[in-house]
Amino acid sequence: MKSILLVLPLLVPLSTAAVCLVLWTRPWLQRAVSLLGTVTLLLAGVSLVSLVASEGIQVIQLGNWQAPVGITIVADLFGAIMVAVSGLVAFSVVLYSMQGIDRVRESFGFHSLLHVLFLGVNGSFLTGDVFNLYVWFETMLIASFVLVALGGEKAQLEGAIKYATLNLVSSAIFLAAAGVLYGTVGTLNMADLAQRIGSGEVGGVASVAGAMLLVSFGLKAGLFPLFFWLPASYHTPPAVISAVMAGLLTKVGVYALVRVVSLLFVRDLAYLQPLLLVVAGLTMVTGVLGAAAQGEFRRVLSFHIISQIGYMILGLALFTPLALAGMVFYLVHHIIVKTNLFLIAGIAHRVCGSYRLEQLGGIYRSRLWLALLFLVPAMSLAGIPPLSGFWAKLALVRAGLETEHYLVTAAALAVGLLTLFSMTKIWNEAFWKRAPGSSETQTPPPSASQPPASQPPTSQPPTSQLPSPAAGLDSDATLRATGNMGWMVAASLLLALLTVGIGFFAEPLFALANETAAQLLNPAEYIEAVLPKGA
Amino acid sequence: MHSLILSTAARYLLPLLLVFSIFLLVRGHNEPGGGFVGGLTAAAAFALFAIAYSVDQTRHLIGVHPRTLLGTGLLVALAAGCLSLLCGLPFMTGLWSNLALPSVGKLGTPLLFDVGVYLVVVGTVLMIVFELAEE
Repeated sequence: MKSILLVLPLLVPLSTAAVCLVLWTRPWLQRAVSLLGTVTLLLAGVSLVSLVASEGIQVIQLGNWQAPVGITIVADLFGAIMVAVSGLVAFSVVLYSMQGIDRVRESFGFHSLLHVLFLGVNGSFLTGDVFNLYVWFETMLIASFVLVALGGEKAQLEGAIKYATLNLVSSAIFLAAAGVLYGTVGTLNMADLAQRIGSGEVGGVASVAGAMLLVSFGLKAGLFPLFFWLPASYHTPPAVISAVMAGLLTKVGVYALVRVVSLLFVRDLAYLQPLLLVVAGLTMVTGVLGAAAQGEFRRVLSFHIISQIGYMILGLALFTPLALAGMVFYLVHHIIVKTNLFLIAGIAHRVCGSYRLEQLGGIYRSRLWLALLFLVPAMSLAGIPPLSGFWAKLALVRAGLETEHYLVTAAALAVGLLTLFSMTKIWNEAFWKRAPGSSETQTPPPSASQPPASQPPTSQPPTSQLPSPAAGLDSDATLRATGNMGWMVAASLLLALLTVGIGFFAEPLFALANETAAQLLNPAEYIEAVLPKGA
Repeated sequence: MHSLILSTAARYLLPLLLVFSIFLLVRGHNEPGGGFVGGLTAAAAFALFAIAYSVDQTRHLIGVHPRTLLGTGLLVALAAGCLSLLCGLPFMTGLWSNLALPSVGKLGTPLLFDVGVYLVVVGTVLMIVFELAEE
């Protein structure tokens, strides 16, 4: 039974994707199967966490080939928590997609692709083998390439090209690093690698591979000098798809980075730590400054992903129990909040017909509930107590102060303030100001001066509540005409409630994060679980 | 363009190639061959038929959409991996029956997995070929 639970996060999305393929011409059934799949995924993830929390690290050797020869599937607390959270994102996003995705995209395999994406994400979280991790990354990326480009709008294709190119470069570096590792150490099983690198029998060449992995995962996670692809692509697909990507994909990069640093290259921390600290600080600062300059709902949010990734890397760089616990807490909080913010951007788009802040407006007056719904994740992102982001930041800042890294801690605090600034900006523009074009407000010029938007030059003068969607061939218009968005709101509400819930009952999650940190700091436990003594 | 020679030949080649593809699939159990090449051969057979006649006729001949073959293949391969779960062994462990067929050898879940691969390959290649031919 236990071994089934460990492979369920892989089996469920794969079979859901396959069944959706078979049911291609029956969208209603596809939706039902898709939703059922994500519910199962969520339940499997949660029970996996409770299993690992009570009985320690779970391992299965696929095909009964023993490690280090075969491929190992490992769930430690960190991996299990990530699987559970991705199950949550999967569920809320599919719930949202019941009304949040247009029929055209749905009929081109949206549900199948989404589940292949979840398969890749969960595989990355659970695998115990470096090459296998590469394969899962590819699974995830191929699905996400198609999802980014699905629908074929001009802006989407532009974003997809940048996204695909940069990620392929990153994959190539990853593959090369795996080659170097295999060449020097002679194994790709993570536990075996950790054992051999840890014993010092391999020289500095393994550290070269470590540096390559750092670059590769840094690219995928959106770290400081390598993040430029992220805000160029995340705002182009429909809100559901960008929500999955924003919520999950960069975090897989962070996960891989944490896994590799904490397990394989602990000995290299001496030189990695200052590097990571600098990178973390710069990532936070550049991300948040980039966000301040944006005028598009989802581009602001995309830049905030980068600055938030900086916090997580800060947790990794400090490498104390408190810092790592803070990092885990931050990951969970961030995934939930960021997914929600993108979903809300989608609802605002549904209501006002635009993602551009100057064309949005008046939502507070016309739909108070939506404004409140936005306020919860936005304030949580900025770290306002008592929401989840506050505790996450508190832990990291405390860890920073304890280890006397004052500069980067100050940066973290300042970035929190600037985050509040951009959330206030979105609030002012989209929610509080009057709807553009309504009565006496001076009409802002049509979006001629905006760089990335996809509007053809003939874009509409912003009308009040229901402007015509000039943005590409937005078949969203037909959906908007129906005005139904109960499922979308329900999905967002669920995540918002969780944010509040984590804020008020932070203790259990923090205890779990502490245990996770203890596990991450003690790689021997992981090695022992995968390679029992005498192997 | 319609070629009498090609269309006549295709009519006889199609079953021959299909049988050969099955042969490759089964042989791959112990010797070179397998679901992937078998699937490619089968897809090539249908592609030949589509060139000689038309895509529509080939689609009609196959009866199901290649996409369905793809999905079914995935499920079959998955089922082959899951059978071992029922016996309490790790996912994807090979199970073997004592039943041996002449020239095939012992039957086991790896063969079932290969059948899944075969269907996935046929489905994928045909989807691409049909889509390109209909452009």
